[in-house]
Amino acid sequence: MAIGEPMKIRAALAGDQTEVKVLMNHEMETGQRKDAQGQTIPAWFIQSVMATWNGKAVLSAQWGTAIAKNPFLSFKFKGGAKGDKILIHWVDSRGDQRTDEAVIA
Amino acid sequence: MTRLSWLAALAGMACASLASAQTSTTDEIAKYRAALQDGNPAELWEARGEALWKAKRGPKQVTFEGCDVGKGPGVVKGAYAELPRYFADADRVMDLETRLVWCMVRLQGYSEADAKKNPFGNGSDKRSDLEALTAYVTSESRGVKMNVALGHPKEVEAYRVGEKLFYYRGGTHDFACATCHGEDGKRIRLQDLPNLMKTEGAQKAYTTWPAYRVSQGELRTFEWRLYDCFRQQRFPELVYDSDAAIALTTYLAHNANGGVYDGPGIKR
Amino acid sequence: MFAAATLLAAACATAPSDEEISSKATATLKASFKPAGQAGLDRLDQDETQRTCSAAAGKAPARDIATKIEQANLATIRYPADGKLVGDWKNGEKIAQEGRGKQFSDDPNGPVGANCYACHQLSKSELSFGTIGPSLYQYGKSRGNSVEVERYTYGKIFNSEAFIACSNMPRFGHKGILTEQQIKDVTALLLDPASPVNQ
Repeated sequence: MAIGEPMKIRAALAGDQTEVKVLMNHEMETGQRKDAQGQTIPAWFIQSVMATWNGKAVLSAQWGTAIAKNPFLSFKFKGGAKGDKILIHWVDSRGDQRTDEAVIA
Repeated sequence: MTRLSWLAALAGMACASLASAQTSTTDEIAKYRAALQDGNPAELWEARGEALWKAKRGPKQVTFEGCDVGKGPGVVKGAYAELPRYFADADRVMDLETRLVWCMVRLQGYSEADAKKNPFGNGSDKRSDLEALTAYVTSESRGVKMNVALGHPKEVEAYRVGEKLFYYRGGTHDFACATCHGEDGKRIRLQDLPNLMKTEGAQKAYTTWPAYRVSQGELRTFEWRLYDCFRQQRFPELVYDSDAAIALTTYLAHNANGGVYDGPGIKR
Repeated sequence: MFAAATLLAAACATAPSDEEISSKATATLKASFKPAGQAGLDRLDQDETQRTCSAAAGKAPARDIATKIEQANLATIRYPADGKLVGDWKNGEKIAQEGRGKQFSDDPNGPVGANCYACHQLSKSELSFGTIGPSLYQYGKSRGNSVEVERYTYGKIFNSEAFIACSNMPRFGHKGILTEQQIKDVTALLLDPASPVNQ
């Protein structure tokens, strides 16, 4: 199950900006695919993503079925210092959620 | 980076040989491939593989840290770049995937059937431990030059048998590996085909497997690549860890010697 | 190329001969596959053509050997009994686009195509084409519609090695991949003046 699979998060300072790259483990099933027996595979996808820096929200996103399986998210924000904590949190269409953290390098 | 310069060369090769309408199509594909390189989901398999390597598993509740993949028990750094190789304890030339199964059986106490029962994963509820372990061990050879020595007579034989198999025409369509991989600058539909008979092509191809295959949504190993080629050649099903799989791997890995290993990669 | 000679030097003096390695390779192959779907182990059995071409190891066979292969394969060509070699190009285009057929993952009752676009350019509008074979764009336009051209084209699709020994192209008729009607339709795709190939 996706809950048991950690995200891979990298956060690095570049000048006065922090660049964060996240690889998430998720099937991101669109609900459009059919299995070998012709049955529709139920939709199951991340619906909301939140990123915080030292507890402050720096990114908030609503995702849909156009986001790929095992999604890769990359973003920058102004601020951050080495050792600061970055937290990534997602909630999916089944109500499952996952939070992982990393420090800015 | 090796990968990016290869892609640029790929795009360059495509441009040189085609009419203008074609150039834009293959250029766009090259751009897509370049964009894919950032954020390779293969890292998720590598992380899972590392956890599996270090976990107590199987009836004997033992970790992989006693497993010798060619450079001594538990040594993973640089091991993939020297595989396949002869293992005295098995009296057999083995590729990585065969050796992982060997350790699962001999060290961890799994039956061979259990160890091999799910080599190619399919979704989050049918994950393959072998793919994860392969991703981890191969990642520990990143940056290392391929160095498959053919010192033992069985290694030489595996290479020569692999070479014969490379040219073996069969099935309904008379396809051999050489049919698609025996000439420079060819492609099937829009998929460029490496010439595996030449060092350059063998290096480019072999050093980027295993790879996260976007179209599969899975990390696929070299044995998977062989199995899938044979399927498309209209052959029956290649058996996992079979002598033919090992012989062909030996042939191609040795041909790639000198190439810097850059896996796990990411492909369409 | 990768010389086996240097490898033999590395091995002991009693290294197996080339023939022994060939036998070993065939035996290894047969022991390393299992039947799946519609693909049985009989698919690994080689006919004389496949065996000879495998031994050529990627090089063109010597002229005398090549002639023998071409003659043997020419003898297998079966032209339609009704004498009509050119069918429907619209169906031909579908067959050229269809990549399925004969794989163990394919439904044995499902579509079987020739997958021409895997290796050839055909119509101008299809940009996704391979280059393993020569471009067939304007094939008919540049050759005309004579009986000879029709017979050559149909024959080539039926058994490519009748004309080029050890050709990479599958022998669609001789190996039972395409039906007679399908070969007529692909012939039409190539020769019909109305076909997109000839625009």
